[in-house]
Order: sequence, then structure tokens, then C-alpha cells
Amino acid sequence: MAWFKRKSPGLLAQQKKEMPDGLWVKCDGCGEIIYRKQLAENAHVCNHCDFHFRIQSKEYIELLCDFGTFREIDAKLEPVDFLNFKDSRRYEERLKGAQKKTGLIDAIRTGTAKIKNIPVVFGVMDFAFVGGSMGSVVGEKVARAIDQAMGLKVPLIMVCASGGARMQESIVSLMQMAKTSAKLAQFSDSGGLYIVILTNPTTAGVVASYAMLGDVHLAEPGALIGFAGARVIKQTIGQDLPEGFQRSQFQLEHGFVDAIVHRKEMKNTLVKLITFFL
Amino acid sequence: MSSYVLDFEKPIVELEKKIAEMRAYSVSENMDMEDEIRRLEKKLEKLMEDTYARLTRWQRVLLSRHPDRPYALDYIERLFTDYVELHGDRHFADDPAMVGGVAKLDGDPVMVIGQQKGRTTKQKLHRNFGMMNPEGYRRALRLMHLAEKFHRPVVCLIDTPGAYPGLGAEERGQGEAIARNLFEMAHLKVPILAVIIGEGASGGALGIGMGDRVLMMENAWYSVISPEGCAAILWKKNPSEMIPTAAEMLRVTAPDLLELGVIDEVIPEPMGGAHRNYNAAAQTVKDRIRFHLNALKKLSPAQLIGQRIEKYSKIGFYKEN
Repeated sequence: MAWFKRKSPGLLAQQKKEMPDGLWVKCDGCGEIIYRKQLAENAHVCNHCDFHFRIQSKEYIELLCDFGTFREIDAKLEPVDFLNFKDSRRYEERLKGAQKKTGLIDAIRTGTAKIKNIPVVFGVMDFAFVGGSMGSVVGEKVARAIDQAMGLKVPLIMVCASGGARMQESIVSLMQMAKTSAKLAQFSDSGGLYIVILTNPTTAGVVASYAMLGDVHLAEPGALIGFAGARVIKQTIGQDLPEGFQRSQFQLEHGFVDAIVHRKEMKNTLVKLITFFL
Repeated sequence: MSSYVLDFEKPIVELEKKIAEMRAYSVSENMDMEDEIRRLEKKLEKLMEDTYARLTRWQRVLLSRHPDRPYALDYIERLFTDYVELHGDRHFADDPAMVGGVAKLDGDPVMVIGQQKGRTTKQKLHRNFGMMNPEGYRRALRLMHLAEKFHRPVVCLIDTPGAYPGLGAEERGQGEAIARNLFEMAHLKVPILAVIIGEGASGGALGIGMGDRVLMMENAWYSVISPEGCAAILWKKNPSEMIPTAAEMLRVTAPDLLELGVIDEVIPEPMGGAHRNYNAAAQTVKDRIRFHLNALKKLSPAQLIGQRIEKYSKIGFYKEN
């Protein structure tokens, strides 16, 4: 027996993971402990390994739009449980829970804004809201944002983050792919410029519609971008997937992304592109 | 007739067998059993009506996957003449899961595109179980652009368990291929008619499904995800038990989709399903295709595109204020 005794139980490994609420954050990329305030000042990118932390619409608006220029449109568009969908929870409750947790109404915010004084229509998805899933509200807001850009004759910038179509709205979610793509075809025919920013993760129904229909596709480093889920592919082909599968670099190598852009460089890159095209 | 029998088809098939036996017996023994046979036929008719009027959504999914169900090429053979298949996407490969080519519908030229499953094991592998790779969507798009150039309407026959989730498919941009088709179909200058003849699994189906009119066979299904996929995600503890519930929740059947405003028409099938009478099923499909193509023919390209974009822009349920 030891001649001294532990008075309280030792530190549990789990407690380390729960730190995001505190002052310090552990980097998912390199494991370094980062001071939260410093992380925010660095566009939520690890200053040791450049790992891009997942951020929400609020942060993207601050990072990419000129200060105070974002004017939200269609902010009152609300999702409804028109199928009475119920699994372990009712869809209605799921929505209420997500709204309470995130302070958002659905998984996308759209508005007019300025980027280095250039007027644009800006859309940004929130992965925190039911996995950034696309249902009627997301589809309608994207469609209206396109109409707005068309009417104002300004570029459309869309920051994507989505797990795909929202299952609880079934076939109607699927139809949002058709709706947004149809509107983009109209926008393109009118000569509109559409720039997509792919963030972690952008997958499935959103990839098979408005995330892959830009005039230019920019991606944040390390973002997961793909159509089918890795688990499903693994099951289907019965072999392990290569390192970096469906990440930004993979999509760049296969020709589906124009450039991988560091978050801190994103605004400058947008400005260069827009000023070239306009 | 069918070699494979679904559970709820069993009493029907048994009764049919009994009637056939009785008929054979009455001939061989030269006995008059007409009254008895007629009684059983009445019973059969009633049994079928009852069975098919009460099908659950999951049972319809099973019908849509019946191994004897007519596939795209079975319809193409019966609907059209002078079919010449046109292979390849001109970029990477040919995709046997997506068929298509030029054909004539009662003498009128039509570009037909279809998703094709295989019947035997060998055919199934060849057709990749009806799951397209990106080159399948690009092949379909090439044919659509060809149709546009020569002012021919496009007919798409949809029947797929989904776009193929493979490594190569991702490398070659499965998502981009489907997105591109939606984008290009939106402003295609010729009529597009989509008919869901069997399975309409998510983006894989929609990739050739953005028609001016979308018709759906009575026993087909169309959804954002298959009932199995949905159950696996939502009910992790007992997914296989919950598949029928998932089919109910997702509202996957033709009448559901008509009610939701996603399709324009339900095409009735012969009693018991299309697999029980290919010719009758094909005849109804043909009549409906002709009817809608005749109506669409009257529209100018600008009207077609305008109405098509409007049609899809309207779909969605939300609250405002």
C-alpha cells in the first residue's frame, strides 16, 4: 500500500474533450492546446497546423463581408412538418430543438452584402442546424437568393456546409436539388457570376446540385466534399478508402475544385475573382 | 408467368394454379366444371381486388423490385420502333446501367433514355444492378443535347436503386454529373418526359428525372432515400424491423407523390402489377407518353423552359412570418 493516498479521483481522459466551452481548445488536427481567443483572432484556424475549425454563418459573415453590410433577406422563412414525420422524435420537435440550440430558423442564411465595397448576394449554410440539411426552407432561400442576385445584377456567393437532403421532408427535399439547379441555370443564362465556397463537410444532395454548379469552386483546406458517404462506399466496394478520400485536395486533383484557399485568404481571393469577372 | 412470388401474391398464385388445374382436368376428363371454375374465378377477382387495394407502401416497393418486373429495355422494345442504341459519354466510358438512343413512337422521332437493370446474374453484373456511374449521367446528357440540336423530344425511363456509391464514381464526380444534368435539363429547348417505371432512388433517379411532366407507374416508388437507408439512419437499434415504417413515413408511392405535387400523373398498371402483363403495361405507358408529348409539342422552347423552371421553383412547404 502506498504511503500517501489520492484524495480525489484522477483526471479523466474524457474531461479533456469537453473543453470547447472553456478558455482553451484542443486542435482536432494536431492536438495542440490553443487559447480560444487566439483561435478566434486567427479566423478559427489552428496556428500550429492550419487545421480549419468548423464555424457557423455568423463567423463567415464577419470574415467575408464588409463590417455591418450583411442585410439578411427572407429571415422569416420557417420549416414546417408537413409529412408529420416521426422517428425517435417528431420532426417538429427536432426542429424546435435545433432552433433553440443554434438560435437559427433553418440551415441557411441569405442576404445582400458588400465584399470590399462590391455588392453581392451572400448565402451561408449552418452545419449545426440538423447537419446543414436541405429541406424546403434551404431550397427556397437559395432560389430566392438567386432571384435577388439576378434582379440586382450582382454576383452570388454561396458558402456550403451540408450533410445532404433532409430526410424528414422526403421527396420534397430531393426536389430542392431540381429547384436550385433550375434557378442557377436561369441565373447563368442571364450572365450572373456564381462562386461556391465548399467547407467541411459538403456532401450528397447539396453536392449533386448547387455546390457543384458554380462558375468557380473554392474549397477550404481539408474539407470533406463528396456525393456518397464513405461508409456506404466502403461497404459497397469492400475495401478501405485511400487516405484523404473526398477531401479538398482529392477534389482538386480530380478536377472538381478550382482552388483550395486558406480561410484567411478567402476574402482577398473572392475580390480578385469578382473584379476579374465584373 | 412469374417464377418469383411475393408473400402477398401467394394466395393469388395458388388460386390461379387451382383454376388452371381444374380447367386441364375438365378437358382431359371431358367433364363440365364451368360453374365451379367460374365461381373460383370470381373469388380470384375479388381476392386480387382486395389484395391490391390494401397494399402497404412497403409492399408496393417490393412490387417495384419484383424480379420479373419489366425493365427499361422491355418497355423500349414495346413502345418504339427503329431503336438504335447510342453508347458512351465521349469522355470516359460507356455505362451499361444507362441505356438510350434514337427511336420512333408511332413514326415520330424520340430520344429515349433509360436506367437498366439486369435479369440474370450475369446481366445484373453487366448493368451494375441499375446503378449508374458518372459516365451514365454524362451519356444521358450527351443524348439530351443531341435531341436538342435536332429538335426531338426526350423520354426518360427511371428505374434505379441509386447512383453507384463507388470509389471511381467519386473520383469522376458523381455529384457533379448529377448536378450538371439538373442544370442542363432545366434549360433544354425540347420537351422532356420522365416516367418512373420501377425504383426512383434519390439523386440517382432525379439525375434524368427533371421532366416537363413526370409520370409514375402505380407500383413504382420515388424518394429522397430508400426505406432501408432511412431505417438504418433513424432506427439504429432495429433497422430491418423498421423498414416498412420508414416507407410509410417517407410516403414513397405514386399517389403520395401526386398529392405532394411532385409528379403529374399516376399510370395504372395491369391488375397485380406490370410484371403480370408486360404488353398491357407498355400499352398504357405508350398512350400516356403520346398524350403528353402531343401537349408539350405545342409549346415554344421559351415556353417550355419557362414552365419547367416555374414547375420546380414552386415545390416546397414552408411558413412565412
